[in-house]
Amino acid sequence: MKNIGQPAKRTFPWSHVTGYVGSIVLTVLALLFTVKAPFSQGSLITILLGFAILQILIQLIFFMHITEKNGPAYHSIAIALGFLFTFAVVAGSIWVMTFGSQVQ
Amino acid sequence: MVETTGRPIPDPKSSKHLHGTEEEEKNILGFWIFLSTDLVLFACLFATYLVLRTHTDGGPTTAQLFDIPMFTLETFILLTSSFTCGLAVREMRYNNLRRLLGWLAVTVLLGLIFVGIEASEFLSYSSEGATMQRSAFLSGFFTLVGTHGLHVSLGIVWMISVGIQLLRDRIHPTTARKLFNAGLYWHFLDVVWVMIYTVVYLMGVMK
Repeated sequence: MKNIGQPAKRTFPWSHVTGYVGSIVLTVLALLFTVKAPFSQGSLITILLGFAILQILIQLIFFMHITEKNGPAYHSIAIALGFLFTFAVVAGSIWVMTFGSQVQ
Repeated sequence: MVETTGRPIPDPKSSKHLHGTEEEEKNILGFWIFLSTDLVLFACLFATYLVLRTHTDGGPTTAQLFDIPMFTLETFILLTSSFTCGLAVREMRYNNLRRLLGWLAVTVLLGLIFVGIEASEFLSYSSEGATMQRSAFLSGFFTLVGTHGLHVSLGIVWMISVGIQLLRDRIHPTTARKLFNAGLYWHFLDVVWVMIYTVVYLMGVMK
């Protein structure tokens, strides 16, 4: 293919590289914290969930370009609703099961 | 920029050419809505897994089963493929078909390696007697992780198809939209995998 429309100046893909490095660092940190276990189990779970949320934000912002839009951000509302349902279903199920003998 | 083919030339600084027509823009919005419903499917599988993860019926537990180097490698491969897929979509914005197809091929290759490792992981579990029928935990595990693996396999077929269409039709609003949606799907599978990595594997080997 001829390089039609090739812009004169190519820029370095900073945002992609930032997102990639960020996701690798978060993966390694999460693994290190899990294996070395320097925290109590409760705080480790909180930290791991925090890392997972950051990983998801990296994918959404740096790779899925969720912030780019022409007009209203209906796509953000749709995916936010998906995450809300996910939280409700997962947290709700775990919460209900904490009643132990009453739900067995 | 030099116009040589009569085709509209995209502005690399914006995604506006993705929305060549209102139709393409609606298509992308529709795909985001599909992703949110797909997320709800995974939410149900996550909830089932988390409720059943301790119900091992005397069979293998998460800590006995999961192999840290294996799932870490899977995570690195999938994260890298998400990065290369992002670079493919970026080349589309520069209207550079050759580089686009190169990054897309790397993405497909990494996806195939991921599926291969996951298949060997499942095979080694079942050869140790940890089959789907063994316990409620294993039913939940294979259903959740297997559904993700199936999505990745479908994504590979999809990206190959989009690659063939791009070779045939070059970059124009319709093929650009198809690649963009396939890219969204691929990054979305990474979002789901990050949750599996954290909730299934890391919390499974946690002391």
